[in-house]
Amino acid sequence: MLLVCFMVIILVPLWNVIISSLSSGKALAEGGFIFWSKEFSLENYRAVFNDSTIGQSFVVSVAKTFLGVITHVFFCAMIGYGLSKRYIRGRKLYVAMGVITMFFSGGMIPTYLLIKSLGLLNSFWVYIIPALFSYYDVVILMNFFRNVPDSLEESAKIDGAGDWHIFLKIFIPLSMPAMATIALFNGVGQWNDFMTTKLYITDQALYPLQMKLYEIIVQSQTQSMQNIGGSVVIETTTKGVQLATIVITTLPIVAMYPILQRYFISGMMLGAVKE
Amino acid sequence: MNKTSASATSASIPPAFPPSAKKPMGQRIKKFVTDYKRQWEIQSMVLPGIIFMIIFCYIPIYGLSIAFKNYTVIDTLSTAPWVGLDNFRIILSDEYFWDAVINTLGISFLKLGIGFIIPIILAIMIYELNMGRFKKIVQTISYLPHFLSWIVLGGMLITWFSTSGLFNELLLNLGLISKPSNILLDAGKYWWIATLSDIWKEAGWGTILYLAIMAKIDPTYYEAARIDGAGRLRQIWNITLPNMKAIISLNLILTVSGLLGSNLDQTLVLMNSQNREKAEVINSYVYRMGMTQGDFSYATAVGLGVSIVSVILLLMANKVTSKLNDNQSVL
Repeated sequence: MLLVCFMVIILVPLWNVIISSLSSGKALAEGGFIFWSKEFSLENYRAVFNDSTIGQSFVVSVAKTFLGVITHVFFCAMIGYGLSKRYIRGRKLYVAMGVITMFFSGGMIPTYLLIKSLGLLNSFWVYIIPALFSYYDVVILMNFFRNVPDSLEESAKIDGAGDWHIFLKIFIPLSMPAMATIALFNGVGQWNDFMTTKLYITDQALYPLQMKLYEIIVQSQTQSMQNIGGSVVIETTTKGVQLATIVITTLPIVAMYPILQRYFISGMMLGAVKE
Repeated sequence: MNKTSASATSASIPPAFPPSAKKPMGQRIKKFVTDYKRQWEIQSMVLPGIIFMIIFCYIPIYGLSIAFKNYTVIDTLSTAPWVGLDNFRIILSDEYFWDAVINTLGISFLKLGIGFIIPIILAIMIYELNMGRFKKIVQTISYLPHFLSWIVLGGMLITWFSTSGLFNELLLNLGLISKPSNILLDAGKYWWIATLSDIWKEAGWGTILYLAIMAKIDPTYYEAARIDGAGRLRQIWNITLPNMKAIISLNLILTVSGLLGSNLDQTLVLMNSQNREKAEVINSYVYRMGMTQGDFSYATAVGLGVSIVSVILLLMANKVTSKLNDNQSVL
């Protein structure tokens, strides 16, 4: 069956990475295994955990993902709530402005110049602030808020509640599924994001895991290309560290995978209906 | 910024003509102000978004003007001298740029040619599966690679393709090669590596939408076809595919409009000094010219050119696919 073939093509390479990361440097240097390692060893992971900069990167990754997701979802929900009210003055203009941002952007260099002039280079906030808003997510939330019955809002208004109160106390609790979907989408994006660091950050202390891994990869690439005589040991250690870092970088995503999958599919549908 | 917000205010006021039908200007401004006062709470929710869009989306669009300027580190956006189309003229005679264009198009067309059809075939195969449990497992596994970042996948690819890695090992065992070699250092194979790794990563994910659309097809169609004696392939050809026409067209439009925007993450992690001539794509060229060589004006001009061509491609693809969908645009 072709589908079984397809699954083998996906699973075997992934499995190979995991068992390779659990192999000793000697076995890695010799190579020659596909399904089962010759020499089991945790030395790669020991090396990774002894490197304090990787621990720091992990903290940066977690912090930016966590903070980024919360602020992003709240910001988009706030705007989506405002725009979901048809009576709001200037709605047509706001929506037009938003739609334009979906198709046109200034591109890499003008955005870089803006970030630079805002003083966000080499600042942790560059992970959070530019990622606050996405019109696509606003549209999804806006449509979700519309499905909440009007009578809820009306009765709250009669009781004297303001828009902010209604939004925070009624709409946010009711919209948890939609917000969770967007949070997960955004969270994976934040966790996997690498270009923001590559473009705007040079301070090693602010490197997330992805950037750290990139550095290790580039380093080992140049090493293996220069092919310095007798440095096989160094090369395989970097390879081992690289593999262990790959596994550690991916682990949180894989751990979340069962939850992710369910929400992602509904999220794809929410988005697709708009298009 | 001031300019944009000023136009924002004026645009929400209805035009002054025809004056007879509308209240006089003064009254309208008054109503406008009272409306905003009454709605201040809800407006205060939208306002941060508007400010954000003006700063982070519209200022960079305005910043595209440096493509027509000679911007150096000592200048600011307003003091840099205008040079008209000079930057674009230099681009056209730049052979590195044309290399990047050829690579971008080569990789994109390979991705389009192979990568576009595979998810459709996969989706049909999954849809035709009768075992519920097995279906779930297949789906779960096929989505998995989508969640790996390109950096992670790049790291994996480098390991798989290295001399002692998985790929060489497989080929050796199968007797297809006699001596292992590092495939990523072979420039001639780069296009295929870029294409196939992208397909490996995204093919399963691409099936989600198709499967969702298929789930909505009325099962009585299939029953009727079976009674008429249609085989499985016939059913797929005459029922499943026509029902997915709209979504396939939509995907095609989006893919075609993104033809020139090859994946930057992928290129940055897989490119090395040996395969550069075949690996450099327009995006990575913009990155290199702008960010590492500091030629902001030139890099912006390249980026702007690419966006314009992409919009043209989008419109063309929309026109072609709307012909296929009974003259209805799917966008």
